[in-house]
Amino acid sequence: MALNTGWSGSPALKKRFIIASLAALAIFVLLFLRLWYLQIIRADAYQALSEKNRTRYIPIAAPRGSIVDRDGHMLVDNRPAFRIAALRQEVEDPEKLLARMAELLDLDLAILQKRWAAGRRFPRYRPVPLADDVSRSVLEQVMEHSVELPGILTEVRPVRFYPYGESAAHLFGYLGEITEEELRAAPYRAYHAGDFVGKNGLEKVFEQYLNGIPGERRVEVDVQGKKLRILKTQEPVPGNRVTLTINRDLQLATEAAFGDQAGAAVALDVRTGEVLAMVSKPGYDPSLFARGITGQEWVELLHNPLDPLQNRALKGQYPPGSIFKIVTVLAALESGQATARTKVNCQGELTVGNRTFRCWKKGGHGITDLKKALQESCDVWFYEVGQQVGIDRIAAMARRLGLGTPTGLELTGERQGLIPDQQWKQQKFNDRWYRGETLIASIGQGYILTTPLQLATLMATVANGGTVLRPYLVKRIEDMAGKVRQETKPQVVQQAHLDQSHLDVLRRGLEAVVNEPRGTAWLSRIKELPFAGKTGTSQVVHQRKRRKRDAEIPYRLRDHALFTAYAPAANPEIAVAVVVEHGSHGSTAAAPIARAMFDSYFKLQPPPANGAFEGD
Amino acid sequence: MFDRRLITHFDWPLLLLVVLTALIGIANLYSATSSWSPLSTPVYLKQIYWLGGGILLAAGVSFIDYRHLQHLGFILYGLTLLLLLAVLLVGKTSMGATRWLDLGFFNLQPSEIMKIVIIIALACYFAGQDTLAGYSFGDLLLPFVLLGLPALLIMKQPDLGTALIVLFIGFTMSLFAGIRRGTLAALAVLAAGGAGGGWFLLHDYQKQRILTFLAPERDPLGAGYHIIQSKIAVGSGGFFGKGFMKGTQSQLSFLPERHTDFAFSVFAEEWGFCGSLTLLCLYLLIVIWGIYVARNAADLFGTFLAFGVSAMLFWHIVINLGMVIGLLPVVGVPLPLFSYGGTSMITTMLGAGLLLNVSMRRFTF
Repeated sequence: MALNTGWSGSPALKKRFIIASLAALAIFVLLFLRLWYLQIIRADAYQALSEKNRTRYIPIAAPRGSIVDRDGHMLVDNRPAFRIAALRQEVEDPEKLLARMAELLDLDLAILQKRWAAGRRFPRYRPVPLADDVSRSVLEQVMEHSVELPGILTEVRPVRFYPYGESAAHLFGYLGEITEEELRAAPYRAYHAGDFVGKNGLEKVFEQYLNGIPGERRVEVDVQGKKLRILKTQEPVPGNRVTLTINRDLQLATEAAFGDQAGAAVALDVRTGEVLAMVSKPGYDPSLFARGITGQEWVELLHNPLDPLQNRALKGQYPPGSIFKIVTVLAALESGQATARTKVNCQGELTVGNRTFRCWKKGGHGITDLKKALQESCDVWFYEVGQQVGIDRIAAMARRLGLGTPTGLELTGERQGLIPDQQWKQQKFNDRWYRGETLIASIGQGYILTTPLQLATLMATVANGGTVLRPYLVKRIEDMAGKVRQETKPQVVQQAHLDQSHLDVLRRGLEAVVNEPRGTAWLSRIKELPFAGKTGTSQVVHQRKRRKRDAEIPYRLRDHALFTAYAPAANPEIAVAVVVEHGSHGSTAAAPIARAMFDSYFKLQPPPANGAFEGD
Repeated sequence: MFDRRLITHFDWPLLLLVVLTALIGIANLYSATSSWSPLSTPVYLKQIYWLGGGILLAAGVSFIDYRHLQHLGFILYGLTLLLLLAVLLVGKTSMGATRWLDLGFFNLQPSEIMKIVIIIALACYFAGQDTLAGYSFGDLLLPFVLLGLPALLIMKQPDLGTALIVLFIGFTMSLFAGIRRGTLAALAVLAAGGAGGGWFLLHDYQKQRILTFLAPERDPLGAGYHIIQSKIAVGSGGFFGKGFMKGTQSQLSFLPERHTDFAFSVFAEEWGFCGSLTLLCLYLLIVIWGIYVARNAADLFGTFLAFGVSAMLFWHIVINLGMVIGLLPVVGVPLPLFSYGGTSMITTMLGAGLLLNVSMRRFTF
């Protein structure tokens, strides 16, 4: 054992102890400063990162608002749809998984691969949808094999449900996945890729009311992304309930009355402008869009020559035919060129200059006054009177009655029709207006175009004494608590300023059309309910010769059949307009549909089958 | 020959510091592993057993006069070196490294024993020289061979962390023993060159760790994951911490190796800056206390022994803390008294036993 007596007092060694202690202290101060930096200065940033680590936000879809008819009958609702999706962060071998899923879902592998690739736009914890709205049996299949399908999960989403199938599909419109373009637009700021939005119809126009506020579930996950517990749930707020002015029974009855025919029909409450029914035929099945339309189905709809996607009631423009005689009569009475007693001898045709204009009735109507001219729809009476009134006064009256401009319905894409006059002709064709064109215009042929909705508005204006009302479809919008968010009040577009005596003369004629034996709509009369109306035929191609038998004319060349009416005649409540494309005669094709509408509206017995009758 | 003065001079504060730190560590392990399967013996319980055994070991070590070791130093060194060689030849391989000798009931890790033995061997050498004048290059040849042989063998296992600790202990003791200025400068140049050359001797995963340390964000899901998650855990603790058992980074397993190398991150997350600072002070106190023991040792061998143990504890603490708070690259060095593991606990308590030993005999000549 060595005795080192001199060492402990050595100043050199003492110094080394101090240096060693100070060095240790210095390095610990370094650690201290680093901890200060991490835990004090950068604490907020690291706290945010640790929150991000452990929390995931899972959106909960909000049920879209329902659409009900004026009496609260459900027209568009939601039902639960099952979606099969894959959580990317839990899928180990996508190729293998997709191949297995293609088998289970009975889908093309290429389709699944495309959907999988599209999911890259989503955040990692957001499931990538592989199949939407699968049947219960497929769902059970997938659930059964869930152990061998890591990352596959099922979600329940609300999707649109249409209790009445195709009925009123054009009004509702349909939903589709939001496009990248829409995502960039201001009204869709709160939306996310993969959301569904209204693409047209009421679904689009009232998107901001129908779309609810999606909820959100904040969950805590561990390092594997496994859900451990729910931290907070923000329940979704369902969309608002939209109450329409539509009368469900009337809508269904109108659609049924059309059968397979193409065309459109509109029913308005003449006192308010409420749309009671709006039909466009042929229709389409909106549930195709609710479950996700396939490319082939979409192409078929787009290329169907009958154009089922178009809402003919406001986008179809037809020459009004003899219905326009209502306008001509009012213009003639106001200008003084005709009175109720003005008589014309109809020989079946009228020659002006070197052109001959025919009446629809071969031998003519003989001596005809105003009432008979309307009742039997004598063309020659209107040729004679019309050329004296002149096109500009006829056109002005048409505009006062609301023709030539969109009616202002809530739906987008409404057409304005066409009311020609001398100035228009000059601008459009750089040509003067010919007298023959006035004759043609007097009976609603030629350049004149109207939509079925405009014709219904015209008839409503006649029925209510001359007030042009804006037609509307949405009566009321309420939230879930029943609080009214919006309520539509009747809105006057303009006053036609019609002389009551002129109106009376016109309405007597329109009543005769239906209720007197030689009237063109006599066969569609309702004994218990006298109503007033006017038939019309709009030429698809100009025919030089007298008509062949209808059956011999090809479908596409047959005339359109039109009819407008209001009821009851004495104290009108409802006005309708019906267009049957290529239906040939207003009296046989269109008037029975109007009659069926009145039967439904006034809850009357349907009529016995009618015999054939030929008339304008 | 039992001396009553040994009881009188027993270093109770040092033992208390060590046990207190170990108990905090056990509470921390309880939190870090609370989500683990209850089927096997809980980690914190095992650590309690190791601590109990360690205290007994330290007490046992402290009561045999350390001065006997001065004769045994080189024999112990030779035996441990043989064990290290045996590891290379017949060692047990686990997770890509060959570090253990399978003794049937126990896996012996000779590299851990070497940490203590190198301290004894160098203390023997430097105490034997009995000079404070400063060592020249020639004088240092033998200590560096003593140091280099085990370091190379450990590096070969490969176990970079332990090899570095052995080297750091040796260099620190040499510095303390005193090196001439010219020699020191030459050594510094040599070390720089050696580091450059050593780069090529490193395994790929070791190079990767160093690269990742320099820029962890370059590979957030791969090699950089450990460092990033650990920094998030420490930083998100803030001033007061998230509370015992409430650290989201640790409880939800975002923090890897949270019961071993990254145990401190769990503590820092749950106890915040207050807790980390307290723990830092405890460790500093232990190190300074060790240097104090060295200063008051009865002889030069005791001084070197105590100083070597202090250096061992110091480097473990600094490398581990530096690693988990992103100041140093990830090298697998446990935090004494805090990281779970019997080997680490035994090595630390052996060291503590030596400190107690030297301390209680400070007046015995």
